[in-house]
Amino acid sequence: MTVEPAATRLRHQVPLIVWLVLVWMLLWGTWSWANLLSGLLVALAVLTLLPLPHVVGGARVRPVPLLAFLGHFVVDLFVSGAQVAWQTVRPRPVTRSAIVRVQLRADSDLLLTMVAEALSLVPGSLVLDLDREEKLITLHLLQVRDLAAVAEEKASVLRTEDRLVRAFGSPADVARLSAAPAAERLP
Amino acid sequence: MTAWDDVVAYSCLLAGAALCLTAGLGLVRFPDVLSRMHAGTKPQVLGVLLVMVGAAIRLDGWANAWMLLLVAAFQLLTAPVSAQMISRVAYRRRHVRRDLLLVDEFGGAGHQDVRHHGDEPGDAPPEQPGPGQPSS
Repeated sequence: MTVEPAATRLRHQVPLIVWLVLVWMLLWGTWSWANLLSGLLVALAVLTLLPLPHVVGGARVRPVPLLAFLGHFVVDLFVSGAQVAWQTVRPRPVTRSAIVRVQLRADSDLLLTMVAEALSLVPGSLVLDLDREEKLITLHLLQVRDLAAVAEEKASVLRTEDRLVRAFGSPADVARLSAAPAAERLP
Repeated sequence: MTAWDDVVAYSCLLAGAALCLTAGLGLVRFPDVLSRMHAGTKPQVLGVLLVMVGAAIRLDGWANAWMLLLVAAFQLLTAPVSAQMISRVAYRRRHVRRDLLLVDEFGGAGHQDVRHHGDEPGDAPPEQPGPGQPSS
């Protein structure tokens, strides 16, 4: 671990402090200066006692793609919840699943984390492994009919990544999306 | 508090409870660990979210609503992580129904234990004997 100047370190910790103070305020549920100050103290104590490596990249937000992502995410959440719920109650048991690997294109810790989190909650897929170096994600697919369905699932994984990168990624990440061969993006 | 609020709140609570019930059903009915983790994440997370929405409508005051918002946020963040940890271990320990897999692109060296520990399913025998195997 390299030693950074104190100012840089502080700047990288600011989002974390804001988040911790926000959680503290939400836990108290009411706004007051006392809550804000005590939250700030607790946040600083936490960061001093339990220092974390700072997260690199992906600090920007684009509002319109973010809305597109959130819309798809909420719809996916409901669809997947209903789908899996139906698979648990229907008489016919689950008979065919698959484990597939997909080549992702985002190259940042934060983006890959968000992609993995989102994929776990959308229909059909569950993250099994994420190879950070190769950017390979391994997914377990519940209930696939045939190989065409597997290919369709893989394409939808890439579409989810596409939306996330467009919402949060750096320009370099977005450029990498369109640089990927078309055959990889469509079934 | 109007009657419509109550109707929306109660339908959210009921739907959420039903989804959590199906998550439990899935844990019993699905064939292997990986499939069960699907049931443990998706209907369960959606169920908890719906219960939170219903409760936020019924409970008066913003203090409670903020708390419920936090519960929902952490549920969304943590459920996939725990599911991933458990499925990863299950795959490594060979608790996968191979007869149900259409394709397995993850198979190969380095992702599964080669040593026998005694709790493997019968259709996935490990390559090397280990301490858990009877020495006959």
